[in-house]
Amino acid sequence: MPLMEQKTRVAERRLRWRAPVAFGWAVWLATLLVATASRADDRNPLAGDAKAAKAGEYEFRINCALCHGLGARGGGRGPDLTRAVKKHTHSDAEMFQVISNGIPGTAMPANGTNGQGVGMTDEEIWQIITYIRSQEVKAPAAAVGNAARGKDLFYSDANCSLCHMVEGRGGRLGPELTGVGGSRTREAIIDSVRNPSRRLAWGLTEATKEFPQEYESVTVVTADGKQIKGVTLNEDSFSVQIMDAGEHIHLLEKDKLRSFQKSRQSAMPVYGTDTLSDKELADIVAYLSSVGAK
Amino acid sequence: MRSHGGYPEVSEQPWKSGASAPRLRALTGPGFSPGCPRGLKASFPRIRNAALEGPLFHGCVRRTARILTVWLSVSVFASWATAQVTFERLVNSGKEPQNWMTYSGDYTGKRFSGLDQINLTNARTMVAKWVYQTAATGKLETTPLVVDGIMYATAQDDRAFALDARTGRPIWMYQRPLPGDIRPCCGRVNRGLAILGDKVFLGTLDAHVIALDAKTGAVVWDVAAVDYRTGNSFTVAPLAVKNLVVIGVSGGEYGVRGFIDAYDADTGERKWRFYTVPGPGEPGHDTWEGESWKTGGAPAWNTGTYDAVTNQIFWPTGNPAPSNRGEGRAGDNLYSNSLLALNADTGKMNWYFQFTKHDEHDWDATQVPVMIEAGGKHLIAQADRNGFFYVLDRTSGKLISANAFGKVTWSDTKDAEGRPLAKKEASPTLEGHTVCPGAAGTTNFMAPTYDPQTALFYVTARDQCDTFSTAPQPYEAGHAYYGSAYFPSEEAEPYRGFLKAIDPATGEIKWKFEHPSPTWSGVLSTAGGLVFTGDAEGNFIAFDASAGKPLWHFQMGGAVYAAPMAFAVDGKEYVAIAAGSAVYAFGLP
Repeated sequence: MPLMEQKTRVAERRLRWRAPVAFGWAVWLATLLVATASRADDRNPLAGDAKAAKAGEYEFRINCALCHGLGARGGGRGPDLTRAVKKHTHSDAEMFQVISNGIPGTAMPANGTNGQGVGMTDEEIWQIITYIRSQEVKAPAAAVGNAARGKDLFYSDANCSLCHMVEGRGGRLGPELTGVGGSRTREAIIDSVRNPSRRLAWGLTEATKEFPQEYESVTVVTADGKQIKGVTLNEDSFSVQIMDAGEHIHLLEKDKLRSFQKSRQSAMPVYGTDTLSDKELADIVAYLSSVGAK
Repeated sequence: MRSHGGYPEVSEQPWKSGASAPRLRALTGPGFSPGCPRGLKASFPRIRNAALEGPLFHGCVRRTARILTVWLSVSVFASWATAQVTFERLVNSGKEPQNWMTYSGDYTGKRFSGLDQINLTNARTMVAKWVYQTAATGKLETTPLVVDGIMYATAQDDRAFALDARTGRPIWMYQRPLPGDIRPCCGRVNRGLAILGDKVFLGTLDAHVIALDAKTGAVVWDVAAVDYRTGNSFTVAPLAVKNLVVIGVSGGEYGVRGFIDAYDADTGERKWRFYTVPGPGEPGHDTWEGESWKTGGAPAWNTGTYDAVTNQIFWPTGNPAPSNRGEGRAGDNLYSNSLLALNADTGKMNWYFQFTKHDEHDWDATQVPVMIEAGGKHLIAQADRNGFFYVLDRTSGKLISANAFGKVTWSDTKDAEGRPLAKKEASPTLEGHTVCPGAAGTTNFMAPTYDPQTALFYVTARDQCDTFSTAPQPYEAGHAYYGSAYFPSEEAEPYRGFLKAIDPATGEIKWKFEHPSPTWSGVLSTAGGLVFTGDAEGNFIAFDASAGKPLWHFQMGGAVYAAPMAFAVDGKEYVAIAAGSAVYAFGLP
């Protein structure tokens, strides 16, 4: 029997028998709820403390900068935390929860569970929050680019949507980009368009595996001489799962292939300024940011 | 020919000593006759199981019961005696290859099994025999022990359990009630148990050493070694030597003062402690600046080996603390990142060898030191986290050779003894400086193996470079104490992971197998001409030990952080490994 149900039945029984006791329970439950609510609103005990912010900076380097970059400005892997508006957290208490428990379905791990290094104490987490708050840019940066025009480019002339999906529209070969505007810095997005091979995007992340699968390009020739080009969805020493440009999924055993070649040249074409001007790219980033901020 | 430190004179052996290696073809399990009274000739645990499973329901029941009674009454004492794991059995473990009684399989650390029923000709037919789900989450780093048909292993949060090694069915389960504020470093892991007499021994995350009744899992004694709240914990599989339980502390990330302890196996009384950071007045104390020795680290979190001839325990130590910042702890920082030779009875140090002096890259030397006999010499070999493969004379601790076995940029010169020396510019800087190997090292805690038949040393290796930057951090008891942060180097190539076969005579890599991504799996070699390892993608793989060709694999569905072992029950060989949240046993169909 689920715990809650059990409690309710107990309460019901007591109500029938002794109403005053039930009233006492209700008062107690209400007190509990108020207490819980006020805990959720808990403010950072170190808020605004410059010394805590400094300690937090080093804690941040040790624990967070791997993905969120030095200075919390975001890396290729994690969001820019200097933005005042964040996707998953608003209050300090929410930020504390996210750092403690991670964000399910993302690469953000729970405190102390990434397998490397030491979990942080509550105090250290508050120090980090103090540091992040000290780094926040209060006024959002002036809008760069035209999001409406960026959307047009994304779905037409720039051909982004052939491989990338945003809000349910687009292709499946490349990473889904609905959230990218909120989870990557502007610089990281621009870099991945201009130099897509410099840092391959992360794909499937398995629970206990140290590294996520990357969007590597692969060319195989099957036993019957058929050539397949695509990106790896996943791979181990003996099998590989590939999606080709036609979005067909190929499940292959390596020892049955005539050849297997992997490349860290991204399947994404390099968009130089000759094919996509800085202004056009700014428009596309503006579009992705507008979607990502939702 | 000289005699070495009490060893018997040995004739000059070539490095390639396949012929001299004992080829233990016959499994020592009793030859059972088929049919109903099968269990009667078996060892004690089997008899016990037969009784529990109720042989009375079989056709040959009465007779069985009668014989059982008679058999038990006449031989229970003898059976009981064999069920006890004596020190003599541990010293002579090579005589009973069906059992795996220490973390590395024997005292030499070779992780080599004398079993050869599974071999080059039939490995490709291997199948999964059973899977035991531990219900734990995180990384399983345990190496199971198997004694007389019973497997003993551990899982996260200090779970320990005993299984019927033929079926994976649990006999008992234990879980330590841990306080909420323990301070593990890198997961709530445990690497396994030691066994001696009728007890198994567990080091816990709250820094206790406990003895469990091997038959029931009941706690026999429980000793607090040190205060866990200052960052001490145990993750290591202890080593039983004579009547002692030897164990080393974890906590190099918290600035503990490292130590190796020995406890009386019967009572839990501490017999000796060796502090890996010498105190005032002790030799080596002057290798620490000011008061830095008090928080000097040098933990001892991987299982050492033991030489019965010289009564020496060889135990490796970890990083000085703070791990990535040398400022404030000027000097060599003895005995961090060292191999120690300790007298087993007293814990007094006979010699030490420091692999990385004044380490600033978290390169714990906590790899299993493997005893090798070659060329008439008594050697000890360690594939170190700093990227060099060291061979020492274990009678003296003198360096014989050091060769890189992976990508190394921190050293390009050696001192007069042949020890690699660090370049000045390898130190971390405020802006960050890229060094290979990275913080995870060329190898790490993953257990290696030495196969006396191929005379090759097999080790899991990775090529990885990290950018090390300083992040000054004051010491605060119980808080992380790194002094620096490291990142994957942006400019370097992606991380690559390998299984490498090293010729210890030359340091040459005889073969290597590249994994799709680096793995944390240990390696096992067997007399069947095979090497086994796991990978981060969840495969368990059998290789031809000579050629490095994969012969067989099985997808276990979870990454491997543990090392494989082999055992036999009822004359059948099994190979076992932990992956994901489960323990797997494989055998022939």
